[in-house]
Amino acid sequence: MGNTQIEFRNVSFRYQEDMPWVLKDVSFTINNNEWVAMIGHNGSGKSTIAKLMNGLLFPQEGEILVDGQQVTASSVWDIRRKVGMVFQNPDNQFVGTTVRDDVAFGMENHGMARDLMLKRITESLEAVGMNGYERHEPHRLSGGQKQRVAIASVLAVSPQYIILDEATAMLDPKGRKEIMETIREVQSARDLSLVTITHDLLEVTQADRVIVMNGGEIWMEGTPRELFRKKEQLIEIGLDTPFVSKLAEELKGAGLPLTREPLNHQELLEELWTFHSTR
Amino acid sequence: MSNSMIIGQYIPGDSFVHRLDPRSKIAIIFFFVIIVFFANSVMSYGLLALFAIGSAATSRIPLTYIMKGLKPVWFLVIFTFLLHLIVTKQGEVLVSILGWEIYEEGLIQGAAISLRFFLLIMVTSLLTFTTTPIEITDAIEELLGPLKKVNFPVHELALMMSISLRFIPTLMQETEKISKAQASRGVDFRTGSFKDRVKAVIPLLVPLFVSAFKRAEELAMAMEARGYQGGEGRTKLRELHLGKSDVYLYIMFILLVIGLFLTRS
Repeated sequence: MGNTQIEFRNVSFRYQEDMPWVLKDVSFTINNNEWVAMIGHNGSGKSTIAKLMNGLLFPQEGEILVDGQQVTASSVWDIRRKVGMVFQNPDNQFVGTTVRDDVAFGMENHGMARDLMLKRITESLEAVGMNGYERHEPHRLSGGQKQRVAIASVLAVSPQYIILDEATAMLDPKGRKEIMETIREVQSARDLSLVTITHDLLEVTQADRVIVMNGGEIWMEGTPRELFRKKEQLIEIGLDTPFVSKLAEELKGAGLPLTREPLNHQELLEELWTFHSTR
Repeated sequence: MSNSMIIGQYIPGDSFVHRLDPRSKIAIIFFFVIIVFFANSVMSYGLLALFAIGSAATSRIPLTYIMKGLKPVWFLVIFTFLLHLIVTKQGEVLVSILGWEIYEEGLIQGAAISLRFFLLIMVTSLLTFTTTPIEITDAIEELLGPLKKVNFPVHELALMMSISLRFIPTLMQETEKISKAQASRGVDFRTGSFKDRVKAVIPLLVPLFVSAFKRAEELAMAMEARGYQGGEGRTKLRELHLGKSDVYLYIMFILLVIGLFLTRS
């Protein structure tokens, strides 16, 4: 395969000449088939990174390569076919008058044949569990359903990378859960890399790797487990740790020797019962 | 609440008129509007009325709906009728009311003009009753297609129309939300003088506009991210098909035109 990755090389960005840098000398790589979560509080530059990957913005310094191809004004249409993006507001990215029209929108833009579109619409709606809703108008769908349609629309173009820019931020807990499940299923079924941008630490637990942004710089890069060991520092940069992590911390403080950092309820439960039965 | 929200006045159905290609419907209505002005005898008006009533009947749209559609124009119809009745001074005097003479020609002209109005409104409202707004948009895009050659932004116009249609329910829900939010802060939309009520609308409109602009900006970015770069090289999912019914419609219409010119006096 060779160059199947997104690569940021010393990227710096600011919105205007006299404004402060939003990103300062950022370098990282997103590999094939990988799920990378990007977190940081508001203004840490994480959403800017998303827009740079897709060519919605261009860096002032450094370069961004997608599969070895530099993101420039002339390559941007190829890049957008490879890098799909789901935004925060479910309503403001729904272009079509019905679900089916919206899923087709991206394919229409890329000039796909109608037969292929019909096939892809069925496939991608099935992938997100929204088959049967083809003729529904957006106002008849919940926020979570609209976001699933947005994911289907991106899948339909069959990109190699999908960026979810706070795609769950405006949803209720149920919608959020739906989306996270959909993403997990989609990623395991298809050959694609995921970048989820969020400020919710709970969402990063499923990712392979986490990049923490703070003040326009990469603050930390590592696995979710490594991340949750740095509780105090996380709180310092304005990120809250999940309940399970906090509980584990308290338990350790109370003298319970937990062998590893639990990421979710299930893992904590396992820790506890193995501890209990070995005692 | 929002499940029953219907844009425009489309009434779902599967009649002959519903199944017609929207392009045919628009084209026929266009020509109908023209030929209505060629009618000048009782027979020719009769033919036009027969066509309009026949279409309405085959559409299976309840008569009450069609009548409701005519409601806003009643005034106009009566007004033009009276105007012709009073102003025209040709032919024999029929009656004389309070020293004002009503002429025969006035009565005929008034009736003819009102009938034209009726027929026009009837066929055009049949279009909106039997065709979804998005179908009309598609048809307009297709019919205006030749204008692309003179750089008329046909695709952009159609896209604007379809995006407006898509956002009408969203903005309506938003209006409702904002009006409730403002009402809870003490804004009174219902009582007070006309001036007060107009003033009360301002705290409703300002946030609505702000959010509409924000939406527009985000939508534009989402469209760009999904590879939108104008109408060039774009394919379309929605297709329009001319079917057998359309052929019947054209035959009927040609017969109507021939009949009309034979019965003209």
